[in-house]
Amino acid sequence: MGKYLLRRLAINVILVAIAASLAYILAASTMSPRGAYEGRQPPVAESVVDATLDAYNLNDKTPVLQRYATWVQGVVVGDFGRTWNGGSVNDEMGRRILVSARLLLIGTLLGFAVGVALGAFSAVKQYKLSDRLIGVTSFVIMAIPVFVLATLLAIGTYNLNRGLGFTLIEYTGEYNPRLSGWDQFLNRLNHLILPTISLSLGSIAFYSRIQRNMMLDVLDQDFVRTAMAKGLPRRKALIKHALRTALIPSATYFAFAFGTMFTGATFTEKIFAWHGMGAWLVDSINANDVNSVAAVTFFAAVCVLAASFLSDLLVAALDPRVRVS
Amino acid sequence: MSILEVKDLTVTFPGGIEAVRGVSYEVERGEVLGIVGESGSGKSVTSLAVMGLLPRNATVSGSVRLHGQELLSMKEDELVKVRGRAISMIFQDPLSAFTPVFTIGDQIAEAVRIHQKVSKDQAARRAVELLDLVGIPNPALRAKAFPHEFSGGMRQRAMIAMAVANDPDLLICDEPTTALDVTIQAQVLEVLKTAQRETGAGIVMITHDLGVIAGMADRVLVMYAGRPVEQGLVDDIYYRPRMPYTMGLLASIPRVDGEEGPLVPIDGNPPSPAALPPGCPFAPRCPMKVDMCDDEEPPLTSFGGGRHVACIRAHEIEHKGMTGADVFPVPVIPPSDVVRVPRAERATVLELDGMQKHYPLMKGAVFKRRVGTVFAVDGISFDVAEGETLALVGESGCGKTTTLQQIMRLEAPQAGRVVVLGKDSAGLDKSARKSLRADLQIVFQDPMAALDPRMPVGDIIAEPLRAHGRTDARAKVTELLRLVGLAPEHAERYPQQFSGGQRQRIGIARALALEPKLLVLDEPVSALDVSIQAGVINLLEELKNRLGLSYLFVAHDLAVVRHLADRVAVMYLGRIAEIGTVENVYDSPAHPYTQALLSAIPLPDPEMERTRKRILLEGDLPSPADPPSGCRFRTRCPKFARLSEAERQRCVNEEPSVARLANVADHGAACHYAEEIEVITASDNQEEQ
Repeated sequence: MGKYLLRRLAINVILVAIAASLAYILAASTMSPRGAYEGRQPPVAESVVDATLDAYNLNDKTPVLQRYATWVQGVVVGDFGRTWNGGSVNDEMGRRILVSARLLLIGTLLGFAVGVALGAFSAVKQYKLSDRLIGVTSFVIMAIPVFVLATLLAIGTYNLNRGLGFTLIEYTGEYNPRLSGWDQFLNRLNHLILPTISLSLGSIAFYSRIQRNMMLDVLDQDFVRTAMAKGLPRRKALIKHALRTALIPSATYFAFAFGTMFTGATFTEKIFAWHGMGAWLVDSINANDVNSVAAVTFFAAVCVLAASFLSDLLVAALDPRVRVS
Repeated sequence: MSILEVKDLTVTFPGGIEAVRGVSYEVERGEVLGIVGESGSGKSVTSLAVMGLLPRNATVSGSVRLHGQELLSMKEDELVKVRGRAISMIFQDPLSAFTPVFTIGDQIAEAVRIHQKVSKDQAARRAVELLDLVGIPNPALRAKAFPHEFSGGMRQRAMIAMAVANDPDLLICDEPTTALDVTIQAQVLEVLKTAQRETGAGIVMITHDLGVIAGMADRVLVMYAGRPVEQGLVDDIYYRPRMPYTMGLLASIPRVDGEEGPLVPIDGNPPSPAALPPGCPFAPRCPMKVDMCDDEEPPLTSFGGGRHVACIRAHEIEHKGMTGADVFPVPVIPPSDVVRVPRAERATVLELDGMQKHYPLMKGAVFKRRVGTVFAVDGISFDVAEGETLALVGESGCGKTTTLQQIMRLEAPQAGRVVVLGKDSAGLDKSARKSLRADLQIVFQDPMAALDPRMPVGDIIAEPLRAHGRTDARAKVTELLRLVGLAPEHAERYPQQFSGGQRQRIGIARALALEPKLLVLDEPVSALDVSIQAGVINLLEELKNRLGLSYLFVAHDLAVVRHLADRVAVMYLGRIAEIGTVENVYDSPAHPYTQALLSAIPLPDPEMERTRKRILLEGDLPSPADPPSGCRFRTRCPKFARLSEAERQRCVNEEPSVARLANVADHGAACHYAEEIEVITASDNQEEQ
């Protein structure tokens, strides 16, 4: 097992290196951080710009491969370089990963849990009114792009707050920096409500459809009948034997969603003004910030591979049939 | 007093489909009631209705009383206290009947804890005891295994252990051994008898296998089209059937102790529960039908002595003492011209010489590496002469199917030779291989899966003709349909409009389209009901004689083989254990495996089953990836167990090859200590004499 894991790790390192290198070379050869310094009033001397860009390893006059070599030397020791205006990419990334984690963790877990529960319920009630209702709602939600949904939620809350005359639900930012202690914690939770809803609605809809199908496959299986023939009440047989078995395929989806959640919520972060990883990707592309783009891509590649690894572990944990004997 | 009393039970599914139409029976303590019937006769639905486990859209009426307490009107939370405690059920397919993600021990312990207030540890210990009771070796260790790590027979034992966990009063067994090989079936039936002795429970045994019922049941209920048509003591049903359906059923089963010659088929097919004929549902297939049969469905009337028969002519049958052979016309099959020539002078159509097929055993999900070899077929030799049927028999995993595939591939085997019609498969080029395929055709096991559901039957049969560039397809299709007993207008229909037996006839017609010389039959009748099976077997026999065909016939049912084959080769773990003419092998088997196999087959004869001496094999088939040294059968061999230490050495060290037995021309066995004995009819009494 240890040998297998090591080999797996080695492959993943190679894959991450390829993904990040391609992203760096693409960004470095098409983006021009120089633009941010040119055309300033008063104009900055070209030699000064060159010197600044050289210091940040962003000078387009240096050949791409040479810049790439410098970048690699940094990355190998864990230094992702400088942003276009000299900040540390490492610091920025560390801060933003935490922001994304705080924003997305609850939404992702909630989306999975509620989605699976609704899907299983819907399968048990197949073709009943509740099943059809859940089905139609899921498809409606899945058909609405997340930026429309998030914007609608924000507008609705704005109107609600205005109607009430005070701010019941926050709809922008992460927290109110003027508060402290317990108040700040509650304020943070309040700020989480809307983004969490906007994030989890989509995944609830998605998981409920998947879980419904998985559950339907399992419901007619003989082992559910055996469980009931043993004397288990129907509900218990369904949860313990049917749902437990039907969870295995959904776990794969969940592992991937969990791994990619950090960079997957660009719209939600932008609309609710949270400065996380997703928002950073868009911001850094707009700012021609080569090193930041490369860092985000690097991080995303790591996440995807970690997710695939996580999904294998999860499936092995849930399904004794795939465990290596 | 009866444990279970079922009265006028009916089950209706949405769309007015009456799956069960008035079933009544009683089961007493310690009694075994056998329920027989073909697929769709409503026997499984009846038992699920008793358990209250039917889908919720089914409507159940009538009465089911357990110890006098009505179950049908019982609330769900009361019913769960009965299920698994007073009534337990054993299902057909033990792989799908266990939840794949929990260990066997946990699942049995769960059954204990549902009904008994015991701690987790106590329940786990009880599970190990139960596994021990049903004869699972190393029960403490095996309790921690998952269902997929058990073999089929072991799973069914575990299923029985789970069913008796709470000492039930009634066990319902729904086709408990249908998915198992005969030697394993014999073991499991033995375990069931043990379980019954331990619990004193009544058993309802549902099966289509009249042999199993003959050995197990005290009373029998025969079902047809959702209704019981005959009920009585097992001897009465088997020796004095009074309903034409029962008579036909008993006459149509091939018997391993039977005579050669045509079987007695029942014409037609069982009616669909959605479209029952007026009057007696069996009337359209009944040779004794009179006009009155169509007027009204005959009720199940008492006949005295606990017998009930639903037939208006039952008294007449009783009076005249008719049997199935009197009632059902015995078909006449013209004899073959080819067999008049002695076998040695006939041409050889297929010859295998030391053929091998090994598969690499791979491991790993991303990087596959070879960790061993599966010795699927490990050097087998036999030949098939013109106009002859050679049957390849053996349990699942013995290499029968691999052998077929290797022959059909018409390529050079890994070792040894395959010679088809005098041509060595190693020396064929592409065009020679294609033209040889016309002479070598196959009929598959599952007639539904083998026919393209989106192609009309005419196109299916014409396809091989077109593939080989024949232009006269249309006329030939008509001829072929007639040949297999279908009508020419059937060419326009699709496979799903036919019954299983008719579909197999279509498969045979397709195989015959190119007028092959050798037909390979891969379990051609094992997916069919007995009454249908007889017709297909007769058809195959007739075609062979009329067209001068040769058959290579693969089967696990030794009774069917006895009827259809001239010679038989018994395979075990990729090797041939015994080979010879059917008479020699069946009447005086010399290899201990053949002896065990033949003695494990249940006979549809209660008297013989009661006195029969069985050779029970220990354990399961070893893995073909790791066969035992020397003789592959020695780990399970009853003879090996009786040998002295010095004699055993030979079995351990030296692999036996097929050696001709001294006194007869065509009989050989691969055993160092071969000894011919009679096993099929062997009884305890004979042993004493």
